[in-house]
Amino acid sequence: MITGRNLSLAFGNTPILRGANIDVPFGKLVAVCGPNGAGKSTVLSVLAGEQKHYQGDVYFGDDALANLTPRQLSRRRAVLEQSPSLSANFCVDELVRLSIPMELPPRDTDVMVRNILGQLGLSEFAKRRVDNLSGGQRHRAHLARVLAQVYANQTLFGAGYLFLDEPTASLDILHQIAVMKIARSAAQNGVGVLVVLHDLNLAAAFADDIVMVNGGKTVAAGSVGQVFQSKLLSQIYETPINVDKHSSGRLVIYPELQDLAG
Amino acid sequence: MALLETTQFRGRRFSFNALVFVALVAALITVAVGELVLGPVRLSLSQIYDAMAGNGEPMPAAIVTQIRAPRMVLGLGIGMSLAICGAVLQGLLRNPLADPGLIGISGGASAAVVVVIVLGDLFLGEIPASVRPYVLPIAAFCGALLVTALILGFAQKNGEMSIGRLILVGVAINAIAGAGIGFLTYISNDTQLRDLTFWSMGSLAKTGWFGVGISVTIMMISSVVLLRYARALDLFQLGERAAFHSGLAITKIKFSACAICAVAVGAGVSIAGPIGFIGLVSPHIARMIIGSAHHLLLPASALLGGVLLLCADLIVRNVIPPQELPIGLATSLIGGPFFLFLLLREKRL
Repeated sequence: MITGRNLSLAFGNTPILRGANIDVPFGKLVAVCGPNGAGKSTVLSVLAGEQKHYQGDVYFGDDALANLTPRQLSRRRAVLEQSPSLSANFCVDELVRLSIPMELPPRDTDVMVRNILGQLGLSEFAKRRVDNLSGGQRHRAHLARVLAQVYANQTLFGAGYLFLDEPTASLDILHQIAVMKIARSAAQNGVGVLVVLHDLNLAAAFADDIVMVNGGKTVAAGSVGQVFQSKLLSQIYETPINVDKHSSGRLVIYPELQDLAG
Repeated sequence: MALLETTQFRGRRFSFNALVFVALVAALITVAVGELVLGPVRLSLSQIYDAMAGNGEPMPAAIVTQIRAPRMVLGLGIGMSLAICGAVLQGLLRNPLADPGLIGISGGASAAVVVVIVLGDLFLGEIPASVRPYVLPIAAFCGALLVTALILGFAQKNGEMSIGRLILVGVAINAIAGAGIGFLTYISNDTQLRDLTFWSMGSLAKTGWFGVGISVTIMMISSVVLLRYARALDLFQLGERAAFHSGLAITKIKFSACAICAVAVGAGVSIAGPIGFIGLVSPHIARMIIGSAHHLLLPASALLGGVLLLCADLIVRNVIPPQELPIGLATSLIGGPFFLFLLLREKRL
């Protein structure tokens, strides 16, 4: 499990995190939610090892994050950035292979790449240049790359973590659901999944646990039912928000728009 | 079925890549032999063979072993190392315009050479005559390393090296070096000015086995070490954050790769002067042929760099024999239009 305690970070004189706490267990999908500027992506970047000057404690199991080299860290977690980029004219197959460690035998690598491309519906694009794909396909290709990293490391070194920073931000509803299903499936395969999400309904539908961040602090953490309560959400987002139960049993979150009703 | 298609595709791709490397090696051997055969005195293959075997006639043997062979080896070494360094820097900086000049190698070497040529008599008067021929190459090498170290040092802030900062610091330091060169050129006499002008245009001539041996050994070792950066360079194409997420120690890799490039190119510049365009154009052409994967791109660029530089040398030696044009003119005159043609053809670039 990843444990982050009392995480604080400032850029210059501007505090971004002020004592955030977070746990990411193996086999669970944890969604970090909160308003714009709450510090959601910064929490992810601290756990990913990108920030050197944070305060607080982060542990991957028994190992302190500060003691892990980039290579050791890459064996434990894979990260999909919000806007992944690629400068070279690689094809999809080459892109997916990029982050797979060399220790994985070539035959296993081939099988893994083929399976992941199939899972993401990219098999027919395997030999197409990434810059010739649509935005959604490109995003899925990068997701395939980080999934390959996670599963290759799981095969070689044991279960790891998958961090997704607003993975649905630029996608239509069909692809949003497809991406979240893949994240869910990774969690079911034993991966600890941390997703930064704006869409509370996606979080309600797919997450096991929610960490609600506001003003750089963790203001609530727990199961979907515990955190997604009308009063708490209305306070955090500073607007009236309703939480109802759908006939499927899932929570549905929507803002009150009384001004528009009449 | 899908697996079968993939295998077939890979088979075709593998055959194509193998074909490219066979063609590049064949081209390299052809121009290398051409470098020995062609010149003001045309030699036959049997004369060259006899000269190499040590039982040829004195004059052809001297031409081959003392003039053309060291020149050919130097040309190969410089062409290959310039090209591989260009490919490494373009990959590292994710900038298609990067070349060894960007991190100060040429500027530093030029500044040191100008200092030695113009002010050398003031502080090198006591140096024995036997050491004098090596003063210029040693100065150029030290200048290249010093300026590169300055640029890399200034480009670091809080233990991290930003690429934007590196480029801007490179521009500033190169400008300062350029100002110094300009001032010293202004106060130089006619003989010094002529020496400066010819050195700055580059030449593979005036080289013996001793200098070539040292220089080419440094360049080849550095180039082989740079081949080991192929996977890291592939990951850099994802951006530095994603490369870090994939396990790279970003700053360490940037610093070490730039330093090795400085050593490799510094060794070449010190003996042959600054030779432009090979480091920029070879990786581009190689990328258009063989793609962006650096385990193929780096060796292909190196082979192509060797071919291009030897071709340029063949041309400058044979256009108006026994006169010899500066090789820098040929690399730019031939490489420039050819590069432009390729860029216009490649619409997606």
